[in-house]
Amino acid sequence: MPLNVASIRRQFPFLTSHDGATPSVYLDSAATTQKPKAVLDAMQHFYEHDCGNVHRGMHRQTERATDAYEAARIAVQHFINAAQSEEIIFTKNCTEALNLVAHSWGRTFLKSGDTVALSILEHHSNIVPWLQLKEERNIDIRWLDLDNVDLSGVKLVSITGLSNVLGTAPDLPAIIAAAHRAGALVCIDAAQMVGHFPIDVQALDCDFLAFSGHKLYGPTGIGVLYCKRKLLESMPPFLGGGMMIRDVTQESFTAANIPARFEAGTPPIAEAVGLSAAIDWLTEFPWNDRTQHEQKLLATALTALQSIDGLTILGPDNPKDVRGCISFVLDGVHPHDLTELLGERGFSLRAGHHCAQPLHEHIGIAASTRLSVGIYNTEEEITSLASAIKECMVRLRSP
Amino acid sequence: MDLYAENILDHYHHPHHKLPLPLGEGWGEGRVVREEKNVSCGDKLTVALLIEDNHLTNIAWTGEGCAISQAAMSMLSDELIGKSLTEINALTPKTILALLNVPIGTRRMKCALLGLEAVKNAISMWSR
Repeated sequence: MPLNVASIRRQFPFLTSHDGATPSVYLDSAATTQKPKAVLDAMQHFYEHDCGNVHRGMHRQTERATDAYEAARIAVQHFINAAQSEEIIFTKNCTEALNLVAHSWGRTFLKSGDTVALSILEHHSNIVPWLQLKEERNIDIRWLDLDNVDLSGVKLVSITGLSNVLGTAPDLPAIIAAAHRAGALVCIDAAQMVGHFPIDVQALDCDFLAFSGHKLYGPTGIGVLYCKRKLLESMPPFLGGGMMIRDVTQESFTAANIPARFEAGTPPIAEAVGLSAAIDWLTEFPWNDRTQHEQKLLATALTALQSIDGLTILGPDNPKDVRGCISFVLDGVHPHDLTELLGERGFSLRAGHHCAQPLHEHIGIAASTRLSVGIYNTEEEITSLASAIKECMVRLRSP
Repeated sequence: MDLYAENILDHYHHPHHKLPLPLGEGWGEGRVVREEKNVSCGDKLTVALLIEDNHLTNIAWTGEGCAISQAAMSMLSDELIGKSLTEINALTPKTILALLNVPIGTRRMKCALLGLEAVKNAISMWSR
């Protein structure tokens, strides 16, 4: 059943007009999605009625806050079909979740000469933590050829579930199976994947999986690390502070059990409530309907972009092979200038290397322009973008 | 006022002192070359300065970038020839913004200032 996009749009305050001004055509959901009112209301309600710290104190608010926070953990558990809620760690974003894996698991289990395998599609947040370990522990980084994956001697494969530039999705089941056969663990950067594919961590059998709330129609300031229980229990704390300890003396400390062990300090409580509301809101729409809607938008975008002279699409040109976003370059026009002029015309897109510099270098370009879609975008927005791009080209090209 | 004003696009399409590599070949001892990158947007500028008697007597540059970074470098290179190193070191972001004379917001500031950064870093290399 097709989604009722008009009704969906009405649920996003950002997308409704303010003071008569036309809302922008928002095509940057890969950077962050807009938030439905259900999420904003849930967070407002938390601050107005249930605000207290979690797992501390004896008053009513702390109990309500704790209940709300732990309910959010269970909502995330069900959303990605984790076996247990203790396998869900709240972080501040996907980047922190990936850093947690590198710092806690990596520093404990990787030694000089061990190999971590990455793909060229990776975002900097799934590159830099490993390069830090390369500097610190002298580990090796192997850049995988996704058409011919060689995992011999690899300890960990850390790979994106969906490219934030090309919109391509590596064959995770095959990579995970091959990694496990080779004795390697697998960490999935699901920052983009989480908004465009249903995730079942048990079916995938991944060892770690990380994502952010704000690319899932939820608030900024909250991320999630999923990790298999046994593995998580073998890992030392990442950050030290309150909540992550069982016992502290003047000489030493004992770490708390999971998940608290990895949640030092006051966690993002209102943000967890917001993320839970986002999951509730989003899962009201069947996956098939959402996918069908977004794939239609991308198909329209590909056809429209391909009709523009001098425009090169960086990823596949078959809509079947693309999810979430399309990046492109335009002969003789710098992505920043194009995106700036599109912005003046009310279109919000992203320009640059999208935190994927090695991928851009691999392709042989410095920067690109990216359009990315969400549940609230319309065919009209995509069509009007194509004509706006043509206008900007005329403006910027040498007369 | 429009960011892509006529003089910006004019310098972008017909940049002054922009030459193919290698820059400043045959300039002799007073030549200093510096590459500057704006990592966040992939802009790249290489400048070559000819420094004689503590004055900049020639400049050449090349690189890729947006209209703002290219126009700023082009306008700046016109300004620099004949100036003393002390005068150049005293140039501030305000100088560049005045040259461009279009509204440069936070997100384009780095583009506008890349050329000045390249020139100042080249001079500090020279002074060392």
